[in-house]
Amino acid sequence: MDNIKGIFRREFNSYFATPLALVFIVFFLMLAAGFAFQFGRFYERGQADLAPFFWFHPWLYLFLIPAISMRLWAEERKSGSIELLMTLPITTWQAVLGKFLAAWAVAGVALALTFPMWITVNYLGDPDNGAILAGYIGSWLMAGGFLAIGSCLSSATRNQVIAFIFTVVICFAFMFSGYAFVLDMVSGWAPQAFVDALASLSFYTHFQAISKGVIDLRDLLYFGTVIGVWLAANTIVLDMKKAD
Amino acid sequence: MIEIRNLTKRYGALTAVNDISFTVSPGEVLGFLGPNGAGKSTTMKMITGFLAPTSGSISVCGHDVEADPLAAKACMGYLPEGAPSYGEMTVRGFLEFIADIRLLSGDRRRSRLDDVIARLQLDSVLEQMIETLSKGFKRRVGLAQALLHDPQVLILDEPTDGLDPNQKHQVRTLINDMAKDKIIVISTHILEEVDAVCNRAIIIAGGKLLADATPKELAARAPSGRLDDVFRQITTGQKNAA
Repeated sequence: MDNIKGIFRREFNSYFATPLALVFIVFFLMLAAGFAFQFGRFYERGQADLAPFFWFHPWLYLFLIPAISMRLWAEERKSGSIELLMTLPITTWQAVLGKFLAAWAVAGVALALTFPMWITVNYLGDPDNGAILAGYIGSWLMAGGFLAIGSCLSSATRNQVIAFIFTVVICFAFMFSGYAFVLDMVSGWAPQAFVDALASLSFYTHFQAISKGVIDLRDLLYFGTVIGVWLAANTIVLDMKKAD
Repeated sequence: MIEIRNLTKRYGALTAVNDISFTVSPGEVLGFLGPNGAGKSTTMKMITGFLAPTSGSISVCGHDVEADPLAAKACMGYLPEGAPSYGEMTVRGFLEFIADIRLLSGDRRRSRLDDVIARLQLDSVLEQMIETLSKGFKRRVGLAQALLHDPQVLILDEPTDGLDPNQKHQVRTLINDMAKDKIIVISTHILEEVDAVCNRAIIIAGGKLLADATPKELAARAPSGRLDDVFRQITTGQKNAA
């Protein structure tokens, strides 16, 4: 446990020692607010809720999360510090978990800093704050899913750009398998069971379910499983090829 | 105690380390000699548990490196080749991180940090980012990291590479000071270093162990009595034979 804390602290601080966390947070805040006002018609709809704000989170995560996950392991490989890290008395799993949690905490900080949106809707009207909280939880869980994928793919290469691109592609697949237009395309020829399975694999489906304000155990389990599976794969990749 | 038995590492068709066995006891400073690509670093990476051997076994302080890696790693300090570290951290931050992972706390933590900072003369750069340091300082930060928990076993891959003559002298003095009750394994291709700090030398080339003796005994094998003549004789002789 202390080991994981040590890894977490180092990794979290290193995000802030470089401009990376700052750039991520600033862009996330600007885009999240900008999209909500511009395209989500935050004011014009005349409803006091944060739905138009949460709509765009999957899109923001698609490009911003790989930018913070790509360095997690690729950089360790490139600089050779992976040799230092892996010869310290910690297990691979502890290192994977500590690093993942640090990146997830950075995403959490960015998300928490959107609180002026929440203040705004409370000032303008009388929103369902339970639903808003659920939206935040759903959004953070989805960020965790993206990050776990990104961490795993980052461990497979020493090139951060490759890690970024692969993460975007895989996350894209995980997200869009839940969008109506993809499901419509598939439902023309595939059995309904397949369409349902595809939809239930998608981040988007579960994020939508949670952000409607209902925190269902199945949705939590889904994100927990996605994160667990990708981090387990991450550990296996590292154990199989540490050196090159 | 380090015990290595029939250690072999293959990468596809290439055999980097070929059936090496030896043991090292406390008080020994073992120089690991060989031309570039001889398998020195690969052997060290296996001893420290970074690479898994293809076959053979390694035990450090009585712990099998593959079966009980955490216990083995806890009793070792390791300076990897090129002294990698985290460039965006300050020297102090980096050493604090290592202290966290090595589970040092309280008075012992403070006294160990003070000790390595004094020994490697890092006071003046404690608040500097590691990536802004000179090569010599980076190497010393790497050494400080390896010494921090006062390990029984030290594995140092080219500890004086890139240091100026004064710094080399300091590091050698440091190693001599610690030599009495520890096991120290140093890889190098600088032969004068072996004379200066080691009381035992192993020569490997092409992944094979070719000689294992004290530096004096080795030097006596050449008519000239010089270690580099013996080194050339042994390592190039091997190449011709292969």
